[in-house]
Amino acid sequence: MDDRYNVSISDCNLYYSDFHALKDINIEIEQHEVTALIGPSGCGKSTFIKMLNRMNDLVEDCKITGNISIGGQDIYAKDLDINLLRKNVGMVFQKPNPFPMSIYDNIAFAPRTFGIKKKNELDDIIEHSLKQAGLWLEVRDRLRRNAMGLSGGQQQRLCIARALAADPKILLMDEPTSALDPISTGKIEDLISLLKQEYTIIIVTHNMQQATRISDKTAFFLLGEIIEHGKTDDLFSLPKDKRTESYVTGRFG
Amino acid sequence: MKSKAHNRQILRYRIAKWLAFTAFVLCILSLIAVLTFILIRGLPHINSQLLFGNYGKEPSIKPALVGTLYLVLISVLMAAPIGIGCAIFLTEYMKTSSRFVSIIHVAVETLAGIPSIVYGIFGYLVFVVALHFKYSLIGGGITLSIMILPVIVRSTEESLLAVPRSLREGSFALGTSKVRTIFSVVLPCAASGIVTSLILAIGRVVSESAVLILTIGMVVNKMPESLTSPGTSLALDVYYFGSHGYPEQAAATGVVLLILVVSINILATVLGKKFGKGELANG
Repeated sequence: MDDRYNVSISDCNLYYSDFHALKDINIEIEQHEVTALIGPSGCGKSTFIKMLNRMNDLVEDCKITGNISIGGQDIYAKDLDINLLRKNVGMVFQKPNPFPMSIYDNIAFAPRTFGIKKKNELDDIIEHSLKQAGLWLEVRDRLRRNAMGLSGGQQQRLCIARALAADPKILLMDEPTSALDPISTGKIEDLISLLKQEYTIIIVTHNMQQATRISDKTAFFLLGEIIEHGKTDDLFSLPKDKRTESYVTGRFG
Repeated sequence: MKSKAHNRQILRYRIAKWLAFTAFVLCILSLIAVLTFILIRGLPHINSQLLFGNYGKEPSIKPALVGTLYLVLISVLMAAPIGIGCAIFLTEYMKTSSRFVSIIHVAVETLAGIPSIVYGIFGYLVFVVALHFKYSLIGGGITLSIMILPVIVRSTEESLLAVPRSLREGSFALGTSKVRTIFSVVLPCAASGIVTSLILAIGRVVSESAVLILTIGMVVNKMPESLTSPGTSLALDVYYFGSHGYPEQAAATGVVLLILVVSINILATVLGKKFGKGELANG
């Protein structure tokens, strides 16, 4: 991969055995942009982002055709190091999933995987990641405590810090605030606006206000197709497609 | 106001309740009868000669204590890695819905249901006769390890399946290999269940007798010199003392065995609770 981490997808189709989950996907995502993916449930948004870090490999009978490249590298090439891909393309899940171990060990998990063992190096990474995730002030006195003791919102920010500690270039977020209260949601939205200076962010959301608040571009998915992709302001104020208009004005979905 | 039918209904209800209560009392009483009888006959005869003395005129269970310890060590050290490894393979590497896994499940289930005397005759024919081990602790220990293997496989498998998928996904999404995911995330989460299953397996080894009668020789009066010597176990001593004119010593050994098995079960419960707390609270 070169240092430009743009996502480029052409003529991509994805099948879960007989189910055609993504149809003729063509999309370009520039680096340092926040792209929101909107659309009704089951229309392929999560499937789409899981394609970018190859989490779909874990699903039985999942077949993908077409070209998907990140930074010019075909990420479905045979000789691709899938662990390195996942290190570079971090992911935050819908439900916070901290490991049942200390806050420190959670964040040190990825750096340790990639061979960083020295304590002072790890300490620096942990402080930096927690600061990036806006959690440092709340947990700096209890890094050795079990992460399961944190609140839901804190756990989700911990998961963001854990993903950032792997030093990714792209951050995928699958409805990261859907399980959180409005205050925690606000904190994570503020965080996304800060993080986009360093990372390319692709976020799935069901909340259209959230999409308008945090994203530069928006893609509207319907039944496995991308109906419209463009600047968030344009897509919401002057949608080109009738179906997009119906969805963003709340007539279905 | 009350009709006859209503009265009959109340009567039926009362009879059912009293029948159930009687069954409950009989059930508890039979347990208490066994315990008190063994304790009354056995407790007065637990003394230092029986526990730690040399086997002479008066019998001693020292060889049995050592033999039981050997048997536990051999069987668990052999069965634990194989059983846990097998469970890891079945849950982490095989598709849970595959035919192969369900066949293995049936096989494991069947193995768990085989009467232990059948394992005993297997051990006798293989280790004592075919391999010329003669009667030995090692032959008995290996046979026991085969006997507890299905127990360990099934319960470890259940502990591994109870680890939420989201944790595995979280680990993979950080670029972690499958091996590191298993060892750093999945196994620590399942540790309490696995430890509990191992302790319960120890309980089964300690209380087993049928397998050992046919494999270790029931030599009650000599300390085992090595793993290849014949030996005895606590359960076998109960049988031997009982059938050779030492009923009091048999009861006393029974008490020792009871205390041991109860402690093992308490330990399993305590460890299970201790590990289990908070660990997967948000699972």
